[in-house]
Amino acid sequence: MTALAEQMGGLAGVASAGVELGEVVARVRVEALIPVMLTLRDDPRFAFEQLMDLCGVDWPERGERFEVVYNLLSVSLNQRIRIIVATDATTPVPSVSGVWPVATWWEREAWDLYGIVFSGQPDLRRILTDYGFEGHPMRKDFPLSGYVQVRYDEDRKQVVYEPVKLTQDFRNFDFLSPWEAITSLPGDEKAHAARLAAEKEAKP
Amino acid sequence: MTETIISKPAPADNRRTVEIDSHAINFGPQHPAAHGVLRLILEMDGEVVERADPHIGLLHRGTEKLIEYKSYLQANAYFDRLDYVSPMAQEHAYVRAIEHLAAIDVPERAQWIRTLFDEITRVLNHLLNLTTYALDVGAITPSLWGFEEREKLMEFYEAASGARLHANYYRPGGVNRDLPAGLADRIAEWAEEFPKFIDDLEELLTANRIWKQRTVDIGVMSAQQALAWGFSGPCLRASGVPWDLRRAQPYAMYDRVQFNVAVGRNGDCYDRYLVRMVEMRESVKIIKQCLALMKPGPVKTLDHKFTPPSRAEMKRSMEALIHHFKLYTEGFHVPPGATYAAVESPKGEFAVYLVADGTNRPYRCKIRPTGFAHLQAVDVMAKRHMLADAVAIIGSLDIVFGEIDR
Repeated sequence: MTALAEQMGGLAGVASAGVELGEVVARVRVEALIPVMLTLRDDPRFAFEQLMDLCGVDWPERGERFEVVYNLLSVSLNQRIRIIVATDATTPVPSVSGVWPVATWWEREAWDLYGIVFSGQPDLRRILTDYGFEGHPMRKDFPLSGYVQVRYDEDRKQVVYEPVKLTQDFRNFDFLSPWEAITSLPGDEKAHAARLAAEKEAKP
Repeated sequence: MTETIISKPAPADNRRTVEIDSHAINFGPQHPAAHGVLRLILEMDGEVVERADPHIGLLHRGTEKLIEYKSYLQANAYFDRLDYVSPMAQEHAYVRAIEHLAAIDVPERAQWIRTLFDEITRVLNHLLNLTTYALDVGAITPSLWGFEEREKLMEFYEAASGARLHANYYRPGGVNRDLPAGLADRIAEWAEEFPKFIDDLEELLTANRIWKQRTVDIGVMSAQQALAWGFSGPCLRASGVPWDLRRAQPYAMYDRVQFNVAVGRNGDCYDRYLVRMVEMRESVKIIKQCLALMKPGPVKTLDHKFTPPSRAEMKRSMEALIHHFKLYTEGFHVPPGATYAAVESPKGEFAVYLVADGTNRPYRCKIRPTGFAHLQAVDVMAKRHMLADAVAIIGSLDIVFGEIDR
């Protein structure tokens, strides 16, 4: 496993590679994605014949808010690897549908749910949401209840879309205990600011 | 049904007119052979499929989004409702992801129970798939027989978990409760009788002339194609790739039991049927071994940060009461990290990519549905096949929309 991570780290365009929680994880720069993926598929040292999963992860507080995560599997060498690429809402990620055809639907899903753009993808339609759906529901800033609801209108004899009306507000419980959640106590702002500055220094 | 007819106007001179007749057929979303709410747009050349474009998402319930708003324990119940034909196998993937992130040790008996019920689930799933698949291509008897057997298995489900379908039985750190008294004997009794049923079923189908005409050499996937299209499970093995997660990356107690991995050769609909048939026999073998090797013991981890203490203990111990209260209100916290936990579900590789941020809720829980990849390849498989063969192909892929649409 560490050998695989080391070999991965030697490839051009790989920002970092290592073993996290017993799984090989590599972060790749967007522009180098396709050459790296082709090497992973075709190089006998890696031989990742299968793209098992592709998904987006949203981190709104980051500059490049989206992570695209590729989980690869090699059935001949019995190994797995996770490739992570970071992007934002406008920068396209090169499509790997030319490397593994299965990626087409996974990328459609990531586009549908997160709005991640894939360049060179021949079929970038929505896949899971409704026909004519607006927005990208898995983004962290998309409300759980959505914006529209549908019902069948007996008078108009058709299904109609209306803004969501909740008879009871969605209850989002905050279970964090005050000892964990309150970081700055009233009258203690100075100490809190100092702690934040120290934390910022620790990880630039 | 939409229909487009492209025809050239007859030319002035007496040359022969060639008429190209192209139909687009809307297959589903409500069609008994669509195995759920599949809308398949088929572009036809006469009765031959030129292009198949599956439209999915009609059963999309936003499971992944909902899970982000639930505690780890609450989210478990969603996994029964994905592939509702094999509930426990999916819970297994989810609890394994949590156990990996939070480094929870699972007691041996719980692992045996999980292995046992994973295999019961496999038989349950294959029975439904094979019999309805046969129904799709015209054989009614297998489904009538098979559903009776399924009912017996669902009784085992009910005895263990309290529910026939939506079991919600596996827990991070073990299983909800121990098997009730006598259940092991009943399962053992069933395991003795069941191979006889498989023989009967095989007699109906395996050498059946009509069945073979409808499935042999239909929807052929080569090993290379199957790998490129992300196939897994019986569909991949039918194409001749000997790959089984239970053997290659063993989890639970699969490294302690003896079983064979069925591998096909041709990758057609018939081989996918055969592989599942053999898998049922192997599952019975595993079930018998589980029952023989299982020893009494705890069925969940004794770390009460993750599993509730016993009722009796709660009446006496303040600490136990606090644990119980915290577990069922706030839930446990999972340390930050990400993991990809896969299991060999009856349909293939079912996996959960879980990202934890240290709170009591999953930050991201990506579900890797098995049928999603299989369904995508329908276009490749159904190309230049007859319309009726498209039905056989869909049946052979074993798709369930609760899982694909999430």
